[in-house]
Amino acid sequence: MCLAIPGKIIGIERDDSLMHTGRVNFGGVIKQINLSLVPDANIGDYVIVHAGFAISMVDEDEAQRVFEYLDEIDGMMEEADRQ
Amino acid sequence: MKYIDEYHNPRAVAAFAEKIKSITSRDWNIMEVCGGQTHAIVRHGLDQLLPDRITLLHGPGCPVCVTPLSIIDKAIEIAGRENVIFCSFGDMMRVPGSAGDLFSVKSAGGDLRVVYSPLDALRIAQENPDKEVVFFGIGFETTAPANAMSILQAGLVGLENFSVLSAMVLIPPAMEVILSSDNNKVDAFLAAGHVCTVSGFEQYEELSAGYSVPIVVTGFEPLDIIQGIYMSLAQLEDGRAMVENQYSRSVKREGNAEARRVMEDVLTIVDRRWRGLGMIESSGLAISDKYRQYDAEEKFGKVDDISDQSGECISAEILKGTRKPFDCPAFGTRCTPENPLGATMVSSEGACSAYYSYRKLDLQKTGLE
Ligand code: SF4
Repeated sequence: MCLAIPGKIIGIERDDSLMHTGRVNFGGVIKQINLSLVPDANIGDYVIVHAGFAISMVDEDEAQRVFEYLDEIDGMMEEADRQ
Repeated sequence: MKYIDEYHNPRAVAAFAEKIKSITSRDWNIMEVCGGQTHAIVRHGLDQLLPDRITLLHGPGCPVCVTPLSIIDKAIEIAGRENVIFCSFGDMMRVPGSAGDLFSVKSAGGDLRVVYSPLDALRIAQENPDKEVVFFGIGFETTAPANAMSILQAGLVGLENFSVLSAMVLIPPAMEVILSSDNNKVDAFLAAGHVCTVSGFEQYEELSAGYSVPIVVTGFEPLDIIQGIYMSLAQLEDGRAMVENQYSRSVKREGNAEARRVMEDVLTIVDRRWRGLGMIESSGLAISDKYRQYDAEEKFGKVDDISDQSGECISAEILKGTRKPFDCPAFGTRCTPENPLGATMVSSEGACSAYYSYRKLDLQKTGLE
């Protein structure tokens, strides 16, 4: 039920507060999405969409964190082994 | 798809599973709060990659499962009225009320529409000015802003034939009920990433400190979930208890300020009954007085508060993490997704339903079926 999926904004249609919408591409499927809850989003940004509304912008730097985290704990474990 | 596929990398998932094995020194119970995570865990067999000493408990995080019988009955009553078009997310159609479900109203000739967004219901209201259009507003913090926005927009365009039947609920009060119960088994929580995307996690910091329980805000893809498990386990093994954010690509500590502002404007916190868990103080969202004209309970009468536990169903214990679906004598026999007896079999995100879809073979192995 709380399923929300990431998609890329490829167009912004109107810019007046509540009806602020854009076209969002979900791996080839393009939908009209309400963007009023992510006022800073621009064309090219990825947003996470639930029930017709973008609820957040994907933070590109943070998105890499998952992969760096593995290397970090590997480093930590090596250090612990050496001690 | 970008931001999905890379989080399915089996090598990275296996690497985390190895790390988890190497640091586990005793028995721990970790509860994933969200039904979407339960579904992903059982479907990808993530629990089966974990050492035996770690048990995943499946929490109350599915709004379809926890919507109380009283509100389902009210929905059925409204949907059956002449002159009403009743709009709902698809998952609610098969949830049993005291007698029948929304689908049976449709078969009997009621005008029911399955919608993807509350905005679809709004459009239907604009297209049908001579009908009353009612949207079934279920959901957690994730969905509440969308529901609230539909009310704001109705106000903006001056729609008079649109209203929302609210069954919205808030997650932290339910987590607190679990933590404060006498037979609580939960050692750590994976908090629901999309709920926290909206609400942030300041409130979780209070819970974590108050009950000395690690809480890791976690995403929904396999790599997110296994990392969330690793992070909560590392806290448990180190004797730490704090809130950590695994899902930082979507969740900020303060959440989505704009969404929270809309919720605060349109909705108000009330006590709400949860199917399986009973009445929980300050755990529901109703439509505030200012927007009373869009409240379906104002238009069609208040929901009667009735309790709703079926005799043999143990879903209340399953939702609290004290028992598992296989412990239920009715599982897979008298209770199936086609004929659900309780909350956790109702939706595909309920624990009983996920086990029924993906784990029936295990049941045969243990000779129970
Ligand atoms: S299998 Fe059915 S009856 Fe048993 S706990 Fe689950 S929902 Fe309730």
